[in-house]
Amino acid sequence: MSTGKTDYKWVGTRTIRPDGHDKVTGRAKFGSDFSLSGMIHGRVLRSPHAHALIKSIDTSAAEALAGVKAVITSKDFKDQPSELIPAGEAMVNYKDMTRNVMAREKVLYDGHAVAAVAATTVEIAEAALELIKVNYQVLPHVIDVDEAMADNAPILHDDLVPVGMDAKGPTNIAKRVEFTLGDAAKGFEQADVIIERSYSTAAVHQGYIEPHAVVASVAEDGQAQIWCCTQGQFMVRTFVGQLLGMATSSIRVTPSEIGGGFGGKTVVYLEPLATLLSSKVGKPVKMIMSREEVFRASGPTSASTMTYKIGATKAGKITAVDATLKLLAGAFPGSPVQPAAMCAVAPYDVENVHIVGYDVVANRPKVAAYRAPGAPISAFGAESIIDELAKELGLDPLKMRQLNAAKTGTKAAYGPTFRNIGYQETLDAAVAHDHYKAPLGPNQGRGVASGFWFNIGGESSATVNINEDGTAVVISGNPDIGGSRASLAMMAAEELGIDYHDVRPIIGDTASIGYNFLTGGSRVTFATGLAVVEAARDAVRQLCERAAKIWEVDAEGVIWDDGHAKPASTNVGEFDPLSLAQLAAQAAKTGGPISGHNAQNVQGAGPGFATHICDVEVDPETGHVTVLRYTSIQDVGRAIHPSYVEGQIQGGAAQGIGWALNEEYIYNAQGKLDNPGFLDYRIPVASDLPMIEAVMIEVPNDRHPYGVRGVGEVPLVPPMAAVANAIESATGVRMENLPMSPPRVLAAIDAAQLRQAAE
Amino acid sequence: MAKHHVAVSINGEPVEYLCSTRQTLLDVLRDELNLTGSKEGCASGDCGACSVMVDGRLVCSCLVMGAECDGKSIDTIEGMADGEKLHPLQQKFLEEAALQCGICTPGVLVAAKALLERNNNPTETQVRYWLAGNLCRCTGYDKIVRAVMLTAADMRGGA
Amino acid sequence: MQSVQFEAPGTVDEAVALLAGATGDTRILAGGTDLLVQLRAHMINPGLIIDIKKIDETRSLTKNADGSYTIGAAYAGAEATERDDITKDWPGVVEGWDLIGSTQIQGRASLGGNLCNASPAADSVPAMIVAGMTANIAGPKGRRTIPVQDVPVSPGKTSLGKGEFIVSFNLPGRPKGGGDAYLRLIPRTEMDIAVVGCGVALVLDDSGTVTSAKVSLGAVSAKVLVVDAAAKAIIGTKLDDDALAKLDAACQAAAKPINDKRGTIEYRTKIAGVLARRAVKIAAERAGS
Repeated sequence: MSTGKTDYKWVGTRTIRPDGHDKVTGRAKFGSDFSLSGMIHGRVLRSPHAHALIKSIDTSAAEALAGVKAVITSKDFKDQPSELIPAGEAMVNYKDMTRNVMAREKVLYDGHAVAAVAATTVEIAEAALELIKVNYQVLPHVIDVDEAMADNAPILHDDLVPVGMDAKGPTNIAKRVEFTLGDAAKGFEQADVIIERSYSTAAVHQGYIEPHAVVASVAEDGQAQIWCCTQGQFMVRTFVGQLLGMATSSIRVTPSEIGGGFGGKTVVYLEPLATLLSSKVGKPVKMIMSREEVFRASGPTSASTMTYKIGATKAGKITAVDATLKLLAGAFPGSPVQPAAMCAVAPYDVENVHIVGYDVVANRPKVAAYRAPGAPISAFGAESIIDELAKELGLDPLKMRQLNAAKTGTKAAYGPTFRNIGYQETLDAAVAHDHYKAPLGPNQGRGVASGFWFNIGGESSATVNINEDGTAVVISGNPDIGGSRASLAMMAAEELGIDYHDVRPIIGDTASIGYNFLTGGSRVTFATGLAVVEAARDAVRQLCERAAKIWEVDAEGVIWDDGHAKPASTNVGEFDPLSLAQLAAQAAKTGGPISGHNAQNVQGAGPGFATHICDVEVDPETGHVTVLRYTSIQDVGRAIHPSYVEGQIQGGAAQGIGWALNEEYIYNAQGKLDNPGFLDYRIPVASDLPMIEAVMIEVPNDRHPYGVRGVGEVPLVPPMAAVANAIESATGVRMENLPMSPPRVLAAIDAAQLRQAAE
Repeated sequence: MAKHHVAVSINGEPVEYLCSTRQTLLDVLRDELNLTGSKEGCASGDCGACSVMVDGRLVCSCLVMGAECDGKSIDTIEGMADGEKLHPLQQKFLEEAALQCGICTPGVLVAAKALLERNNNPTETQVRYWLAGNLCRCTGYDKIVRAVMLTAADMRGGA
Repeated sequence: MQSVQFEAPGTVDEAVALLAGATGDTRILAGGTDLLVQLRAHMINPGLIIDIKKIDETRSLTKNADGSYTIGAAYAGAEATERDDITKDWPGVVEGWDLIGSTQIQGRASLGGNLCNASPAADSVPAMIVAGMTANIAGPKGRRTIPVQDVPVSPGKTSLGKGEFIVSFNLPGRPKGGGDAYLRLIPRTEMDIAVVGCGVALVLDDSGTVTSAKVSLGAVSAKVLVVDAAAKAIIGTKLDDDALAKLDAACQAAAKPINDKRGTIEYRTKIAGVLARRAVKIAAERAGS
């Protein structure tokens, strides 16, 4: 499937992104930047309780307020059947989804939507919310995963029937998953050293800077237009159509520029509400979440607790891993426990693995995807215990990983046998990197950790239109969240043999391009990129046909080379090459417009592996951790646009450092989120971080014409353990619970000193 | 009550607007004047996406009342380029890929410009602390900090 | 949610008249960095907002003939850092003031606002107190001057009466051999509310012996604490290890913090001592220079 050539003109260069000028001048239109004539404004009433029955809702006073045009509650949504339907990286249940966008029988978390108002101004809409009377019967709530699994826990859903296990009575356990390879018990018998540890991770938010925003306009004939910031315009169309009972053909969704998503914009919150309000009022309705609403009501990722048991020989060969992972899903089932379990020890060639995972509901917002969903959680445990094991065996932690690294042909515990993968290469590069040899000062330490993510393909459609002047338009259907327009245009330019600047990449709305699965799973440059390449090749085929027609030869006698149609050999005849521009100019005479298309469900995503090196300094008197140096080494397949690949790697490391050190959802005793803002939900700021060196290893994916692997998610998998391992190296204290915030680190240092004094 | 009639200069042009007391300068820019380049990420001064200059001082426009701006001179991202010519920072951000999603970019650029106008030879630490109020969730700040320092070097070289 | 009136008087008398005549909740706008957040979050619902920045006295910083300073209540921290005089004389005061929030916040945040917001974690207040600053208050009965530490009463509450507002502050001249410092602990490197803050001002004689000292702690009590026992522990010493240990112990003994999302009782108590030791060393270094 390879192009057979590697001397690319555009692929691998650092072009200026096509949407760049709009984004550095303020022209680019993001979610809340869009407005329509006659537009009114919607706001959402949210639950002040973590868990309560809704006895009644009285909206009459709100409806009577001057300027209020409509009020909706769950009564305005039809109920949905309870069935699991696949939606990319997760399964969806519309019964749960309609309850998440608007609470029905119960409110299940602080911030759960209860009603929505549309009014002529935001101020009137907010005043109307205060006039809605909700009669709640407050119920006991549960926030913590282990408490939610306990026998006497408050039950969120009386009718919840767990998948994969039997339950004696009502339960908050939604699912049990189990992965087995070999015989773990036998593996432990072969071990010279066995370590068993428990870990926990806090719920963290994706933290995109752009709050959710939507404008919906439903005309009198029922035709709906929706403009919103989303990772998937087709996903919005499907979900809104299902929740509101509208035909897919009646909904047109146009994605705005998107101000970050990281998985958090792969679901709907405001879109169905704004669409329903608009249909009731007959005017466009704009809705924007406040930052507080984003934290309280949009999806963080799971909090978790885990136990790991690992055994190895004296020589350092891991003989068995046994792990139990408990992940919180929030108010409705659907934590990423399955990928967490699958990824846990995927970087390693271990013969005996047994992993059990639980998907658990509790009174928190329903989780949404966050970059390699689940994998960073299980990797924190796995990469921490492997580090401890290496120390116990007196082995260098990278050497320990090299001894056990998965290679081409290794059978992964979650099922498949790896094709060409580049994990070993990341380890070798880490060992050789000068960072790994650099001296450390007092109170400083170094940690390493690795990570794995599957990456995905999925449904992808693309069109390549050849313009009459010899330029081209590439239409695809995935919101550009970090430079994908550039990489798509570069691959198209490479195929067509024209200048990158003559290729205009456009992101189509749902009516302008065939179906595309959403921007997620690190799929766009890989899968949509493949569709673009195939569409460009379709256009090239047509171009060759036109040349054949002009030359009056068989189409097979024409080849495409460097932007020109040429005779395949002298046997075909002596013809001067015809450029793409020359062929485009004659298109009307030779058969009409030239337009290449491709639509397919792309398979063959190449898995991604990364190894990170982190240096920290710990203030022994305050527990404050400073990240001094950070190097991320990743197999990226082939970097189409190296700068944006580096950007993914650097951004993932930064998010991981935030998850490691300070980010967490903090709930008070009433089950209310205590830190719903950027003041106390502490994402890293510029002065918290060093430069992050991104080292790109290129082991091309043999199932992509340019060797592309997804690169966006695996960067978030190793950092938490890399930081924890570095803290252990600096202080001798192993942090098993996230975040490793100053109070916790200091408490651990103090406890260790007390233990030492006692010994 | 009646709205306030406010006369200001925005990006060098005289502008008049009406606003209520509750409207911030950011609300005025975005909702009344259709200058949507300044973004609202938090409405509490924690993210910096709404950064603008008021009388030559870098502020969060979400923490400035529209009503208090009478007579003031305001500079926003929309006024940063000189006609068709990008500001050197804007150009360097494109060349260095110092943006991914782009939502924080206008605020970062306005803040970085304010820094370089004060100090055309900042250290990495100075850049990082100056920009600590501009949250970026995509880039890890690496390429942003580099782009600012490279622009400063260019500006020094050209001076 | 009522509509809010807005006034921007040009003189102190006009402002006092507006304040005294107002019914309902009235708020003073200085830098606005707390007020606008509270307004947007519906934590307050005022009927009138009075912008005092059109009053020249609130917006100036003057070094007086005797070496003391008069600082306008709405003068911003970023403006103060650009002044060579006050940053040299009272670096700790300027540090506390200019640590509030980001560069953007620092361009607006004022001593008057930070003090009247009456948060026990306010960054500027511990250093203001140990520097011996006083607040010039205007009101219907004329003007009065009170020590800064007497302005906050409890979280969110001040001792100001109806119709009163702070116009400016008095900061004494730097004594010979004097040095000050403010340190805080935050989880990140910027943008956080202090988990603990510590202000120190001291005077050294030519031999390096501490002749006078003041130590204050923020975020470990309902209002900023002045810890006399901590000052006592170092007065008469050359800041040897024993004196610093006693200082640390005195600060830990004085701290009466709470558990909240920003820190634990145990942690805040311990950090109060750590910061005091570190701040004293910095202040002493400055005193010697």
